[in-house]
This record gives sequence, structure tokens and C-alpha cells, in this order.
Amino acid sequence: MRLGKSLVASTALALIAASGAYAQSLTIATVNNGDMIRMQALSSEFTDATGIELEWVILEENILRQRVTQDIATSGGQFDIMTIGMYEAPIWAERGWLVSLDGLPDDYDKDDILPAMRAGLSFEGTMFAAPFYGESSMVMYRTDLMEAAGMEMPEEPTWDDIAAAAAAMTDRDNNINGICLRGRAGWGENMAFITTVANSFGARWFDEDWNAQLDSPEWLEAVTFYNDLLQNYGPPGAANNGFNENLTLFQQGRCGMWLDATVAASFVTNPNDSTVADSVGFALAPNKDGMDKRANWLWAWALAIPAGTQQEEAAMEFINWATSKAYLELVAEREGWANVPPGTRTSLYENPEYASIPFADMTLRSINAADPNNPTIDPVPYVGIQFVAIPEWAGIGTAAGQEFSAMVAGQLTPEQALERAQALVTDEMEAAGY
Amino acid sequence: MARSVTTQRKSFNTLIAWIIGLLLFFPILWTILTSFKTEAQAIADPPVWFFFDWTLENYRVVQERSNYSRFLWNSIIIAGGSTILGMIIAIPAAWSMAFVPSRRTKDILLWMLSTKMLPAVGVLYPIYLIFIQFGLLDTRVGLTIVLMLINLPIMIWMLYTYFKEIPGEILEAARMDGAGLKEEILYVLTPMAIPGIASTILLNIILAWNEAFWTLNLTAARAAPLTAFIASYSSPEGLFYAKLSAASTMAIAPILILGWFSQKQLVRGLTFGAVK
Repeated sequence: MRLGKSLVASTALALIAASGAYAQSLTIATVNNGDMIRMQALSSEFTDATGIELEWVILEENILRQRVTQDIATSGGQFDIMTIGMYEAPIWAERGWLVSLDGLPDDYDKDDILPAMRAGLSFEGTMFAAPFYGESSMVMYRTDLMEAAGMEMPEEPTWDDIAAAAAAMTDRDNNINGICLRGRAGWGENMAFITTVANSFGARWFDEDWNAQLDSPEWLEAVTFYNDLLQNYGPPGAANNGFNENLTLFQQGRCGMWLDATVAASFVTNPNDSTVADSVGFALAPNKDGMDKRANWLWAWALAIPAGTQQEEAAMEFINWATSKAYLELVAEREGWANVPPGTRTSLYENPEYASIPFADMTLRSINAADPNNPTIDPVPYVGIQFVAIPEWAGIGTAAGQEFSAMVAGQLTPEQALERAQALVTDEMEAAGY
Repeated sequence: MARSVTTQRKSFNTLIAWIIGLLLFFPILWTILTSFKTEAQAIADPPVWFFFDWTLENYRVVQERSNYSRFLWNSIIIAGGSTILGMIIAIPAAWSMAFVPSRRTKDILLWMLSTKMLPAVGVLYPIYLIFIQFGLLDTRVGLTIVLMLINLPIMIWMLYTYFKEIPGEILEAARMDGAGLKEEILYVLTPMAIPGIASTILLNIILAWNEAFWTLNLTAARAAPLTAFIASYSSPEGLFYAKLSAASTMAIAPILILGWFSQKQLVRGLTFGAVK
């Protein structure tokens, strides 16, 4: 009996001791992009310094978005830090789903964050997500093919320059397509690109009273131009190509040009994966002759803290670590400057070592050329460049994207695709009460 | 003459069976092949088949980056647990439906099956909220219960079909000899239905192992099984096919081996009662 009692007592003691020794642990939801994987690998430094353990939940982008939305909307509390994009940040902040990042310490130096990034991740002037890496879009082209064609790519090309270069570089016999562009349906896939083209042609999604504008002549001109580029100079099956498919084509030397995210620059110039690594040039996203809006987007993968987490302080500490200047230096020291997460801090671009990387300057210029608060030539009631920052966008963007993908596949004409897109966007917006 | 036709026919059938078998197996074969390629070879066009520099690099990276054994252990617990729990409920349920049917038994069977007709996502939010209430999110217990529930109709249906084949007189005889309900189910019915029970168990382990809706939606870090392990290797910006293939191969290997060794029981169980 005595033995039994002492056993119970010692077990209880052991349990108390164990719970005391139980380390604080943060659960972080993120995507499997190279920069995030690097952060995961380097995060032991954070744990060593603070004693805070980290649990990583890495998910496919769409699953992540759905999981995180579901958890935040139901206060599930499964995540202490979540990776979100520039689309979600202002919408979720408005709903009170995110913790404001005002609590970051002074030495975090918020003013060092690129103004466009900070603007895109803020709601009413308060930052709700910290950019982990940022991107715009730009032109990546084959310098060797351009030279062979006797052409030169201007640093600030117009769409006419792009069309001429695409025509000159297309060589079907040798399986070289003049231009590779996104065609796969999705608000973050083809619609991101098509929306930037439309912006640069003077089109807009909605007028100031939220009336859909896809029946405008500007939209028709933009979409026809995009479709012609792909039909005449694009790769076969372009309707199914997203970022990764085009990356593959470009790395294998099948594309003369590729207009896409600036982060692709480090992939296409990496000699381990790319057969054309030493002959890639960069130029700003094009504008239309006579119009001054360029077709570049703005995006950031950012870290945010969901309202309702029990570990706000520790989460803030992690965000402070992962998006700090010191973290950029840590990556540079371990993996070289080319692997530093791009597009977040002004000081990075002032660093002479980083500035010597071939795509650094063009990336910065592209990001600076993007203004999420004034995305179009005519005024609009929304923010966001390659997206419209309203909750309905994911639905209407993807549905419209399917029409444009069908157009690239040759099943619809630009007129038909726009007519259908206009109808479905109008219905959806009416149903949503706009 | 007749004999030669039979031989021809036989070889024709064999050929067709092989072609169908290979077609069905091809995606798995391609996944396994891709897992030994570099990322560049994985997406090469035209595709490379067998003649490339086989590399274990992807497996090394996957091992280094993820804690495979933790995902595997979660899969084993969840698949095994939900199957055991399900059988504890399904055997008595199928027994009563097969041997002491009421007027409504057929309706109940159909109603149970109808729960499989609702798309899972339709009940995602209710279940998610219930899980929050009971603190079951990201726990193996919660997942075990949900997977048991979604597979229960199939278990009961399969067992019901097997039990129907067993003559009720044998059970009556046992009762005459003084067997109670417990003895009847445990010592008479179960041993006779072993092949059926075995194939039900196997099929359910496979179904629970591969389940990728609830396992992805109700877990985060602690209870995530191998389906989450696979999902973590897809990337929106960057090439991932070779590493994804390596992760997939590692995830399906245990269940593939189990299926291979038990294929006789599976086939016998699945075709049991099909030919009368």
C-alpha cells in the first residue's frame, strides 16, 4: 500500500516536472518554396537563441490557403504564424483576423521595408504581415537568341518591342518558341498575368461603382494581344502552363522570352538546373506605346499572426527574426547573396555585394514601378495590381481564368471569352451585393 | 482444333490482362522512376525512361528535411486504429442485420450507404467546429474516429455480404448447445467469416492510409500522416517533381508491400459471393 502511494506521488511529481520542462512551441504554416525551406533549415539558430521550438506545417499553396482560412474563420487556433500573400493581408486585417505588427521592436526598422511591400501588407496604415520575400514581374529573355536575330532588347520595352522580339526568335524547326506566358486557369495563375496586361492597355476590372468592365474595348485589345502572342509564338499546350511549366521550358531553352515573377531570375540563372543560365537578360515589364502604366505585378509571401493565438509574443519574436536585416545577412553568410530572400528591404539593395547580382537591380526597379493603390490608368475602387483585393476575387478570378484558358486552347475567341467573363463577373458581384 | 482456339483465347486474355495491369500500374512505376531522377531529368521533354544517372539525392533531401518516421507512425496509428475501432462496431452490426433482420434492415443499409454520397467537403465545417469544441484538432484520436466513421458503411456492407453466405442453421445449432450472444459471435461466426473479415480489414487499412481530405484538413503538425508528408513537397514557385515522387514512393511503399503480400486474401474477399 505504501509502495502504491509513493508510486502515485512520484508519478505526479514527474508529470509536474515534465510539464514545467515542456518547451514553448510555435506552429508555422508555410509553402514549399526555396526561401521557406531555407528558413526552416536555418531556424535552429532561432531555437538556440530563444529556446522556442518550432513545428512546421508545409502545404501545397491552395491547400494552405484553404486550411488557413478555415482555421482563422473558425478560431481553430492550430497555427501561431501563417504564410499569407498580399491578397489576403488587407482583407483579413479588415475582418480582425490578424494581429497588428505594431509590437515589433524599433530595431526591426519598418521604414527599411520597401514602400510598395509595406503598402500592400497594411490596412489603414497599420502593417499586419511582414514580407518574407517579395516579387514583381519582368521580362526574362535569351540574349544569345536576340543577338542571333540582330535585335536588342530595350531596358524599358513596349508591347510592340515584345511582339517583334517574339516573332524574330520563334524557330519552330528547332523547337524554340518566341514567348512563354501563363495560360493555366486560376486567379493566381493566368489571371495574374492577364490582369497586368489589361492594366497596361488602360483596362480595369471595375469602374468606381463596381460595374464590371470586361466589355470595354481596352480589355478586348489587351486580351486579343495576349492571345495572338501565344497563338503565334507560344509553346504548344500553353493553356496548361503555369509558373513551373514555363520555368521548365525556359530552363530547357524552349523559350525566347518569359514574362513572369522576378524570383524566377535566380532559377533561370542557376547553372545546376538551367541550360541557358549564362545567356539570360532582364528588362522591365512592358507598357503600351503612349501609355505609362507598366504590366508588372506586386506580390509578397508574408508572415502573419492569426488573432486568437495563445502565443502572440513568441510569434512576434519569430517574425522579428525571420524578416530582419540580420536574417538576410545570416542567409548570405551561409548560402551566398544570390540565395537571400529578395524584394523586402531597401538596405539589401544598397548592399554593394547584393547589387552585383545580375537581376538585383531589375528586380528592385520592377517592384518600385508597381503601385498597388493606383493599379490602373482610370480610377478604380479597389487595391491590388494583378488581383482585386475583395473576398469575391478568388472565385471570379478563377472562373474568368477558365474562359481565358479555353481561349488560349482555341475553344473560344477573345470576344466570346470576354463576353462570358463579363456575364459571370456581373452575376457574381450582384449576388455579393455590390 | 477446339483446343488450339482455347489456347489462342487464353493467350489473348492473358495479353489483355497484362496490358490493363500495366496501364493501371504505370503511374506508380513512373513515380518510382521519377524519384531517382534529378529535377531537370524529371521534367525533360522528351521524357527519359530508364537510361539516366540514377540518383538517391531526392531521398536524401526528403529524409533530411522531414521527419518521415513521425508521419509514418501517425499513418499506422490512424489507419490501424480506425480499422480496429470500426470492426468492433461493424461485426455486431452486420451480425444483427444478417441474422436477425427487421423490416427496416434493408432501409438502414441503404441509408448508411447514402452517407457516402454526400461530398466530404459538405460537412467539413460542422466537423471542424465539433473538433474545436472537443479539442480534437490535430490529434490522432480525432482522426481515428472520423476515418472510422467514414469507412464504417463500407465495413458493414462488406461484412453483411459475407455473413449472409453463412447458413443461419449453424448459429442456431450453437445456440442450442447453449452458446450466448458473445460466444456465438466470437467463437462460431467470426472463425467462419475469417476470410471476409480479413479482406474487410485490409481494404479499410488501405482506404484509411490513402485518405487525403480529412487527414489534410484536420491535422497540422502533431497528428499529420503520410498524406500531409506528400502534400508538403509540392511547390508554387520552383521545381519539385522528383522530390515529390520520392516522398510519394516512401509514403506508398508500406501499403504497397502490404497489398502485395495479401493480394490473395484481398481478391478472395472482394469476389466472395460474386459468383453463385
